[in-house]
Amino acid sequence: METARDGEPVVYVARDRLLEIMTWLKDTPGQQYDYLVDVTAVEFRDRERPLEVVYFLRSLTHRADVRIKVELQSSDELAVDSVWGLWHGADWLEREVYDMFGITFRGHPDLRRILMWETYAEGYPLRKSFPLRGRFSRSEQVRQALNANPEAHYSMEELSIADAGGDLPDDMRERLRRGERGTVPNSE
Amino acid sequence: MSKRTVELALATPGVDAEGWPARVPLTAPRGGGEEQEPPPDLTGEHLLVNIGPQHPATHGVLRLVVELDGETVVRCIPHLGYLHSGFEKLGEYRHYNQIIPLTDRTDYLSPMANNVGMAMAAEKLMGIEITPRCTVLRLIACEMSRIISHMVWLGTTSIDLGAFTPFLWAFQERERIYDLQEMWTGARLTTSLTRVGGLMADIPDRFVERLRHFTRTFPKTLAEIDRVLTRNAVWAGRTQGVGVLTGAEAINYSLSGPMLRASGVPYDLRKDKPYLGYETYDFEVPVGEHGDVYDRYLVRLEECHQANRILEQALDRLPDGPINVDDPRVILPSKTRAMSDMEAMIFHFKQVMEGVKAPVGEAYVGIENPKGELGNYFVSDGTAKPVRWRIRPPSFINLSALPKMAEGHLLSDLIAINASVDIVMGEVDR
Repeated sequence: METARDGEPVVYVARDRLLEIMTWLKDTPGQQYDYLVDVTAVEFRDRERPLEVVYFLRSLTHRADVRIKVELQSSDELAVDSVWGLWHGADWLEREVYDMFGITFRGHPDLRRILMWETYAEGYPLRKSFPLRGRFSRSEQVRQALNANPEAHYSMEELSIADAGGDLPDDMRERLRRGERGTVPNSE
Repeated sequence: MSKRTVELALATPGVDAEGWPARVPLTAPRGGGEEQEPPPDLTGEHLLVNIGPQHPATHGVLRLVVELDGETVVRCIPHLGYLHSGFEKLGEYRHYNQIIPLTDRTDYLSPMANNVGMAMAAEKLMGIEITPRCTVLRLIACEMSRIISHMVWLGTTSIDLGAFTPFLWAFQERERIYDLQEMWTGARLTTSLTRVGGLMADIPDRFVERLRHFTRTFPKTLAEIDRVLTRNAVWAGRTQGVGVLTGAEAINYSLSGPMLRASGVPYDLRKDKPYLGYETYDFEVPVGEHGDVYDRYLVRLEECHQANRILEQALDRLPDGPINVDDPRVILPSKTRAMSDMEAMIFHFKQVMEGVKAPVGEAYVGIENPKGELGNYFVSDGTAKPVRWRIRPPSFINLSALPKMAEGHLLSDLIAINASVDIVMGEVDR
């Protein structure tokens, strides 16, 4: 445990015990961190340092804040347990972290990209290995944009993509289950 | 329950044998002819409707995919990202002062409050204490932003629900604040007001006078809007009991700002984690009790009154003195000094070329923006550019409760609920 420069306590927890500790923080009288302010991730310029997933918690009862961090070695699998079951506000926040950093949240009900589009193939934009102008060359990006079929976004398949359940075609459900985010025609 | 989607192909008339467009029969043929088919039984059939991204009622480039049973919303799936500009990534390649123009463009309906939030986070990281005059001026900027943001909200929401007049009144008031912003910063929208450690400019002559005139006359407009809307049967009918969230749900969905307070949770960062000396001002925090669209309207209307009160008090106590901290490492020397004094020139050069170095560490500052809690989170590794700049976007998080609120309501209520969230897509997508 340490203190950040703004005076808030920062607590590092082990990845395996995250959910247990979060549940304890939320439900224990005297703690009651019932409000999830934000979920984000940090990658340092020093590649040796692990990625951090940061949870900002607040207790509205006690008017207290705490910051929980989980360290993820980049050589390891980038995955933590989802806290969606505790705070539904984590839904989009975790999706954004997944979208921008490629960190998987186990147990999240609907982990899809949120700001980038479903077939985005360049990787995870906020990673330090991702160049500011994108991974593909400008000409490749233009070519893909021209080849893109925006009509497809309004097809019945795309419209129902968020259902994450029943009425998806079998092959598509299989593809989503495997974690593939779709392919861009003529990439590579 | 079957979830098969009904697709109704538009009747395309085609051409007849002679090449003329065939007319669509307006009435079904009677008698004679073949047997009429009975109308299909549509009970339990669902229809997928796509709203946006280019739709005036979605307040920007928000796209909603709605599954309807008749006119009732069964599911609502927001699709975002049409305005994604990668501000957080860009911030990692810029000096702290160069990030300020990016904050204008996130929540572009309250640019000055965003500038303040970002500068406060950077100052917290660097351990800078701003001057008393700067504190009061920043507070004035925040409350002016609250008024314009709520005025835009009021205007656009009333127009969504069919009332045109309040829109004109609200936008006239907003225009007056925009004139003041232009007077102060030279820009109406992209103000870039703050600098780390101070402000980009002091207020000009006659600013105080004109802002006082505004605070005197603004309550009259609020009273007119109140008279037109609050007891209006159409307005109440469209908003009361629509999009209800209980206090516990609002907390669970991490809502903030007027959305949280309309659900009966009395949490306001200005009272509970005071910054800029808000604890020394006399103002109330309105709290709703039903958590519906109507209560959000009442909360925002009352917040305008309170913002006006705070502005009056701030103008009364505006102290004289410098607006920038006396620290040549963070504040650029004046042009004259930079050109005549060797030391000032060195500081000028170092700041422009190298930027302001922040110590290793991290800082999060949340401020009560018109939309909710705007958080700025900086992580520094000791260089002049942050390792990570995170914006906690209030309207992004508030919008995530939209599917929950819209379920079971009519499609027309979805428009009212979406309007009540008060989203700005620039901030949602960043």
